Amino acid sequence: MSNAPTDRRYAKSHEWIKDEGDGSLTIGITDHAQELLGDLVFVDLPEVGQSLDAGGDCAVVESVKAASDVYSPVSGEVIAINDVLDGAPETINEDAFGDGWMFKVKASDMSELNGLLDAEGYDALVAEEE
Amino acid sequence: MNKQTVLYPKHQQMGAKLVPFGGWDMPLHYGSQLQEHHQVRQDAGMFDVSHMTVVDLQGPGVKSYLRHLLANDIDRLKNQGKALYSCMLNEQGGVVDDLIVYYLGDEWYRMVVNAGTTEKDLAWMEKQSAGFELKLTPRRDLAMIAVQGPNAKSKTLPLLSEKLQQAGELKPFNALADGDWFVASTGYTGEDGFEIMVPGDRAADFWQALSDAGVAPCGLGARDTLRLEAGMNLYGTDMDETISPLEAGLAWTVAWEPEERQFIGREPLEAQRKDPQKKKFIGLVLTGRGVLRNHLKLFSGEQEIGEITSGGFSPTLERSIAFARVSPDVGESCDVEIRGKRVPAQVVKPPFARQGKAVLAL
Repeated sequence: MSNAPTDRRYAKSHEWIKDEGDGSLTIGITDHAQELLGDLVFVDLPEVGQSLDAGGDCAVVESVKAASDVYSPVSGEVIAINDVLDGAPETINEDAFGDGWMFKVKASDMSELNGLLDAEGYDALVAEEE
Repeated sequence: MNKQTVLYPKHQQMGAKLVPFGGWDMPLHYGSQLQEHHQVRQDAGMFDVSHMTVVDLQGPGVKSYLRHLLANDIDRLKNQGKALYSCMLNEQGGVVDDLIVYYLGDEWYRMVVNAGTTEKDLAWMEKQSAGFELKLTPRRDLAMIAVQGPNAKSKTLPLLSEKLQQAGELKPFNALADGDWFVASTGYTGEDGFEIMVPGDRAADFWQALSDAGVAPCGLGARDTLRLEAGMNLYGTDMDETISPLEAGLAWTVAWEPEERQFIGREPLEAQRKDPQKKKFIGLVLTGRGVLRNHLKLFSGEQEIGEITSGGFSPTLERSIAFARVSPDVGESCDVEIRGKRVPAQVVKPPFARQGKAVLAL
């Protein structure tokens, strides 16, 4: 059972993306995703300035079990990364929707957000998987 | 349909995430694999290892049979309850399985073999028993619980019978029996502790009593990182039927003396022993960023020199560590290819951590 925050959108590949209202979008993985992965021990983030394609792999999260790709839900340019994760990848386990954010982008086409799931849609997806 | 151990309802009750392993549904963790790992290094944890198979070997021919079957020599076992780690080889010198054998009497030995290899092992052992007078009895009536950690013994002993409480005095790799209960000072974590065989119908109560005594349930996830840190091989990953013990860091388990003992696989092993090209089994500590995983390729300059057999994250070292099989001329470091990038790693001699702390100076 998931309970996704309603202030953001979701990709089927378990990333969340939040419009900060200042032209930037914050991206991370969902609480459900971190739970599936187990204890995270390493996070590889994109570089600031890197340009991303919607659906392209741009980061890696590695747990004690396995490595998993993270896909950018939208196209755009990376404008910030969460440096905390380098020394403390477990932040994602502890607070996937908050302090465990991964990177921020400036989207090249805000309408790409419309193709993503809302909280209700994402919860339904998780319920279906379980 | 996977098999379930008698402790399966306890695992469900204690919130285990259950996964298929070697034909069984087993706990991967009960919440956090990392916490379980630290619990064993610092206090006491318990593992359900009932999926492994206990086999009793009894009869007048058992001793000569085992000296033929195993690469290590059970003639080294002189005291009742003494245990020996050995590989069982095929005729090509490849490893059929790795196991522990206990000496219980001149006509009674007990073996513990891996879960996923059980049927194959029993067929092989049966086949090799032709001409020896003995009986093989898989003890499927027994459950097995490993209690490991610096406080494992002190938390376990009060729960045992008066006779078995003497297990506190056991030296490493020794065992004590009381009826069908069997307590061995062995393990797969690099910590002090016991592996305890329990009659199946008593296992759930004993598991609960251990839990009440402050022993935390731990899953296969922590078991894997603990054994990796402790420098212990995993069958099917670090060695299999195509790999000899000499290329899996297990040369120390092969008893070459006495020379006249003709154990299965001896001849090809003798030849390989002299081969300067035989692969080396090493430890690696990742010095760059990332996590070492099974099957990642290793390079020295542009030359591919081998691959990782077991890799993962070491919670004790807070670094990624691995075992690898490489060409014999490997230097003090090499590169690992992780997602197309070369990342440097230091070559070390396992173990990485035991008795609660790192044993490598990094």
